[in-house]
Amino acid sequence: MNYLAIKMIMGDRLKYIGLLLGLTFAAMLITQQMGIFLGYTVRMFSFITDTPAAQLWVMDPQTKFTEDSKPVSDTAALRVRSVDGVAWAVPMYRGPLNVKIQGGQNERCVLIGVDDGTLVGGPPKMVEGRIEDLWQTDAVIVEEKAAKTTLRVREADGSMRGLRVGDTLSINDRSARVVGLCALADAFFWEPVLYTTYSRALNYAPPERRQTSFVLAGLKPGSSIENVAKLVESTTGMSALTNDGFTRMTTLFVLKKTGILINFGITVALGFVIGILVAGQTFYNFVVDNSRHFGSLKALGLSNRRLLGMIVVQVLIVGAIGYGLGVGAASVSGTALRQVGLSFILPKELLIGSAVAMLGICLVAACLGAVRVMRLEPGIVFRGA
Amino acid sequence: MTTLPAQSPAQTSRNPGELAVHCKALTKTYGKGDSAVRALRGVDLDVSKGELLMLVGPSGCGKTTLISVIAGVLEHDAGECVVFGQSLRAMSGSERTRFRGHTVGFVFQAFNLIPTLTIAENAAVPLLINGVSRRDAVGRASEILTRVGLGTRLKDMPNRLSGGQQQRVAIARALIHKPRLIVCDEPTSALDKDTGHSVMELLREVAIGPEQSLIVVTHDSRIFEFADRIARMNDGQIEKVVESHLEL
Repeated sequence: MNYLAIKMIMGDRLKYIGLLLGLTFAAMLITQQMGIFLGYTVRMFSFITDTPAAQLWVMDPQTKFTEDSKPVSDTAALRVRSVDGVAWAVPMYRGPLNVKIQGGQNERCVLIGVDDGTLVGGPPKMVEGRIEDLWQTDAVIVEEKAAKTTLRVREADGSMRGLRVGDTLSINDRSARVVGLCALADAFFWEPVLYTTYSRALNYAPPERRQTSFVLAGLKPGSSIENVAKLVESTTGMSALTNDGFTRMTTLFVLKKTGILINFGITVALGFVIGILVAGQTFYNFVVDNSRHFGSLKALGLSNRRLLGMIVVQVLIVGAIGYGLGVGAASVSGTALRQVGLSFILPKELLIGSAVAMLGICLVAACLGAVRVMRLEPGIVFRGA
Repeated sequence: MTTLPAQSPAQTSRNPGELAVHCKALTKTYGKGDSAVRALRGVDLDVSKGELLMLVGPSGCGKTTLISVIAGVLEHDAGECVVFGQSLRAMSGSERTRFRGHTVGFVFQAFNLIPTLTIAENAAVPLLINGVSRRDAVGRASEILTRVGLGTRLKDMPNRLSGGQQQRVAIARALIHKPRLIVCDEPTSALDKDTGHSVMELLREVAIGPEQSLIVVTHDSRIFEFADRIARMNDGQIEKVVESHLEL
């Protein structure tokens, strides 16, 4: 009977196309908006992703997210190192500073100071130069994307060009020299990122009593990260988070503070509701228009259970096609959006999530039709044409 | 097998083993209270095996309700309705559904062919419902459509056929699973005289056998001549049963 079910729905071209368009649009809207939302979410913790060496992030307990570092004592790294299970611990400076570019332009940038000796916490991928070049005098490494856009240099003749290795900058009236360009993950926050050594970063930064933003720590082999984190917290009085924990904290804080979740949530919910309304109404109309035929099938001996099966097959087949088209359209539009800098990712979890949402839409649509068919008296077939 | 009650004027004198349908004191009321409509008011009717019985009468007299009950698509309120030895009242809903699928064939006034299926697929529907594979069902549909003169149109869609041809497809659909009882609701009312005659000739030729019976509800006096007996209904009751339309 599945064959009949498919021919019945696909043969009714107008309803089939209407149903397909509704489901495709719903799948596209849900997938695209969730993809953009997830893309933004991933960007929120790009700083953590770009610091893969750290196993534990130790920070002031009042820290709320990556951009909200509250300095801890300069001896914090030493105290963390003394905790059982910690193999190494290095300080990191992270803070906003004004950077003056050749040609007079001022930009607010994020300066990251990494451990002088090991350079742990440095840029994950160099595009030009080497990370060891940070050991040179006044050396800074600049994020490549910002070097080409925000930090462009105005030449004497008025023309603009991207910041290059060898160019000089002024940070808090102190000289800095670009020794390399690095590639970073796209970030939610827009300030250009510069890397230098920890001690040089402290020289650039305005003096404060406490200047260490984070302590990055690694574990001894065989140590339990949860146990070491608890031990660090109880020993130092600071907060110790795993990469996942810090990611979660940052994401939740940004989502809560910006309302981005509600905005995207509304759009996704809208996609779901539109899907239900369009698919539900179109399918219901299909069932109403075909009442006589469903009634005939009932009269000819088809049970309600098998009719229900036919309806579910009809909706699921169209739903699956609509899902494929919708996800495909979302993927194409997302790729285009990425070209202009918008965030969009399509992980398999999102594909599964939107498939579940579509299944929900299809089942609601099927229920609307099924109620009508179940209540249908087979005697309808004996009523006049 | 149900024990049959005493004979009434609308019943035949045949023994129970020769009866296809036996209705006794059948009642059916639609609605409740003041708006209740008594569609059947104690119908007594027998249809023999191998018989073509026509049900006639004015609109609203209960003809369609009666064949709906006999065909198992409508439950009656009281009385007895036994079809080929099976009491419909004793059946559950799912048993009645199975009974319809195996024992009853339908020919509807509006043909009720599914417009998105080919005529072979339409004719094959009862077999598909009964679990026959699509290939076998369509194969058997092709054979029976050839018998009704549509062997060259198997892949046509219903809207490509004339009314008479569509009714032939409906007849093929009604016969394909070899049901013992075929009920036809106004099978010729949408057809012209000649086409109506050829449809009735076809029904007589292919739908009636020693173990098969045919009940035709009709207003169309042009086809009365095809009946073995004619039962005239009025106001929810069988008013008269005659063997020739000339006696009506």
